Amino acid sequence: MQLALWTYEGPPHVGAMRVAAAMEGLHYVLHAPQGDTYADLLFTMIERSGKRPPVTYTTFQARDLGGDTAELFKATALDAWERFRPQALLVGSSCTAELIQDDPGGLARALGLPVPVVPVELPAYQKKENWGAAETFYQLVRAFARPRGETPIAGRAPSCNILGPTALGFRHRDDLHEVRAMLDRLGVAVNVVAPLGASPAELSRLADADFNVVLYPEVAGQAARWLERNFRQPMTRTVPIGVGATRDFLAEVAALAGLEAPAEPDPSRLPWYSRSVDSTYLTGKRVFVFGDATHAVAAARVARDELGFAVVGLGTYSREFAREVREAARGHGVEALVSDDYLDVERQIAELRPDLVLGTQMERHVAKKHGIPCAVISAPVHVQDFPARHSPQMGAEGANVLFDTWVHPLMMGLEEHLLGMFRDDPEFGEGAAPSHLGAAVEAPSSRPAANDAVDWAADAEQELRKIPFFVRGKARRNTERYALERGFETITVETLYDAKAHYAR
Amino acid sequence: MSAIAATLGARAAERPVLRERGQREVFCGLTGIVWLHRKMRDAFFLVVGSRTCAHLLQSAAGVMIFAEPRFATAIIDERDLAGMADANAELDRVVGRLLERRPDIGLLFLVGSCPSEVIKLDLARAAKRLDRSASPGVRVLHYSGSGIETTFTQGEDACLAALVPELPAEAPEAPEAPRSLLVVGALAEVVEDQLRRLFAALGIGPVRFLPPRLAAELPPAGPRTDFLLAQPFLAETARVLEERGARRIAAPFPLGAEGTTLWLRAAAEAWGVAPDRFREATAAGEKRAREAVGRHRAALTGRSVFFFPDSQLEVPMARFLARELGMEPIEVGTPYLHRQHLAEELELLPAGTVLSEGQHVERQLDRCRAAKPDLVVCGLGLANPLEAEGIATKWSIELVFTPVQGYDQAGDLAALFTRPLDRRDRLRV
Repeated sequence: MQLALWTYEGPPHVGAMRVAAAMEGLHYVLHAPQGDTYADLLFTMIERSGKRPPVTYTTFQARDLGGDTAELFKATALDAWERFRPQALLVGSSCTAELIQDDPGGLARALGLPVPVVPVELPAYQKKENWGAAETFYQLVRAFARPRGETPIAGRAPSCNILGPTALGFRHRDDLHEVRAMLDRLGVAVNVVAPLGASPAELSRLADADFNVVLYPEVAGQAARWLERNFRQPMTRTVPIGVGATRDFLAEVAALAGLEAPAEPDPSRLPWYSRSVDSTYLTGKRVFVFGDATHAVAAARVARDELGFAVVGLGTYSREFAREVREAARGHGVEALVSDDYLDVERQIAELRPDLVLGTQMERHVAKKHGIPCAVISAPVHVQDFPARHSPQMGAEGANVLFDTWVHPLMMGLEEHLLGMFRDDPEFGEGAAPSHLGAAVEAPSSRPAANDAVDWAADAEQELRKIPFFVRGKARRNTERYALERGFETITVETLYDAKAHYAR
Repeated sequence: MSAIAATLGARAAERPVLRERGQREVFCGLTGIVWLHRKMRDAFFLVVGSRTCAHLLQSAAGVMIFAEPRFATAIIDERDLAGMADANAELDRVVGRLLERRPDIGLLFLVGSCPSEVIKLDLARAAKRLDRSASPGVRVLHYSGSGIETTFTQGEDACLAALVPELPAEAPEAPEAPRSLLVVGALAEVVEDQLRRLFAALGIGPVRFLPPRLAAELPPAGPRTDFLLAQPFLAETARVLEERGARRIAAPFPLGAEGTTLWLRAAAEAWGVAPDRFREATAAGEKRAREAVGRHRAALTGRSVFFFPDSQLEVPMARFLARELGMEPIEVGTPYLHRQHLAEELELLPAGTVLSEGQHVERQLDRCRAAKPDLVVCGLGLANPLEAEGIATKWSIELVFTPVQGYDQAGDLAALFTRPLDRRDRLRV
């Protein structure tokens, strides 16, 4: 048993729903009790979908358990088929139905429906949402993909499939738009996009492409590896988040397509903005990165290489990708945090006291609590992650979005400088909180620490006041911690500057 | 009194009810934790369930309102099912860890879920065991919020019913000692305070509320207790209160000016309050309520409304909309129709209104589309899809989360229904 307060991922059948809701012509019959329909509102409220997800729930009750839940499943599946007439039926169990061990696949097949039935078994007491999405997509691809019919026509443009975007995905809609445009400029045709917008009939044409572009390995990795083994379709391994990764991605795609890599990559404003002198203040800002594996690893690279931050922590809740994240963390000289307990994550953030957190909506709340700026880089999704404007993470425009959304929560360099100059003016006095944290946040004041174990000498206190107020609280905390760790009783001007030198490493 | 109730019941029973069986677009009883944990500030709710339960709670709780919440899920995993780990020992460990982290907990509810029911994890025994072994001063109780047994607001019913055996006995006094009034059902604190003032003006008292604001302050109950239901979904709680000798005062529910007056009057009659005094105490509030509601009449009169089942508040809501705002309820769906507790409400509902109990969501959507109502009251899973079809909707969950009972909320309640229509009138995009 695991004690969970908030969870990063839903149960695996929600992953299956994300695949089913993304596709056309597919209907999911879910053996589930009343209440599991809450999942519908994830799609209709968070993603603001104008249609219900294509899911029918059997809605069994306690009184059915003694009777025939299998019959209920069959009746529900038949009803769903007659009403929705899908090209194929996806069938499975939610956590409770898994325990009563009806066999949705066998039961649905026994109905003799004129369409294919794809059963998905998603062990709910073992696996989670992303695994469920990956397994469902893999089973669908296995069920429908057919070997390439004819030999490719000479002179035809190279083509690929784009795999991974789902319903309720973090910026999937916008990433897809961006990646499609990139491939188009490169001269690579897109054969099928799946699951988003694909029908079972389109899945049968997957093998017609020369290779697969995998946008989200969490969802499409397993299916793409199967296609690689069975249809000799190679796959991309780079996820184009950030300027460098986008360049690598284009080179990888060009190689797979047998094309020249573009000499001039798509122009992003990020490189110049990062080199612009006003960005100097970003140098070495300490960032903590947490999210799904793909976004966390990509964000850490962008943070270090493209914004000049220092990555002080990197972690993921995707245990399936722990190896990849650990490897990336080693590259940043830190130890990866692999955990799906947000309290572990909060603890690490509190210990590291980074200047910026790049995380999920949960880290956004944690960061807010600790008064640390934060930008959201990964699912779990929130209604805010479906902005009205185009806001991709991938490609050149994605890099622009990353620059803006990660830098805006930080105090602007010039602003910081000017605040320092005017710190004696009343508007910039002790009581005024840094503008980027909003009025609600208590100003980091120079009030003495609650546990006043160390005394401040008068001249040290005087010196402390010369430090700009918005970093004064941090300077005080660091100095006190430094003094406590060394058993000093009084903080002198010397201690203050020793501590400053110590933490400036 | 019982003769009247019997006739009312009989007449209500004559009204045909469409009974439906199929997919239900309704939350399970776990959802009640979202408001119950805020109501009882020293109580903690530990769901013993699956990742789905945890995900439901976090999705229903407004998609991650953050703070360290006073609810959590003990997620059953493979090891518990395979018997490798004794589920009871695991539960003890999890509870131990929780109580260590949260010394502020005075009452812990172990809340049963679909998986815990199906694997027959005996939470009653677990609660007894933990109640003995947990740190002193922590009571451990249990109830089921599982979807196989409860819908949405029935979770509150199960929770309050679990509290009833814990209520202290009334002080041992002579049998002719004064009676006390218990208002049953979670209400917003602002509503409780208003009602307290009204009862004081009526000379009715002592008045107590269940659930209390602190679990440590449970109200007494016994044969000298009269109780008024503030919510229509408390079947089991009422039953166990009656078992303890308490007496239910039958009444419509305190929604709208009329509903609030009838609800208060039922108590006043049971307490023998003189009619003059009743009018004096309630006239100003009722007038304010009628005026506040009246401002919404023009927008709603003559418009039709269709209710999908959700909270069991549908019948009183439809009565309010029909009688105080002139709306025409086409179909009033409810997950469960408690004929006895709703007898007074059903009497007031227009004759032509179709009542449906249970749900087959697809067939109900067919009926709804055919009826072309001006406003649909439904859950969050259906609201946007119906809006996309051009049908105005009011999310029903707001009726549960917003203070709507009593005179001074009557206007707010009416506003909940006018806002979606007002919005459509304003938008030019």
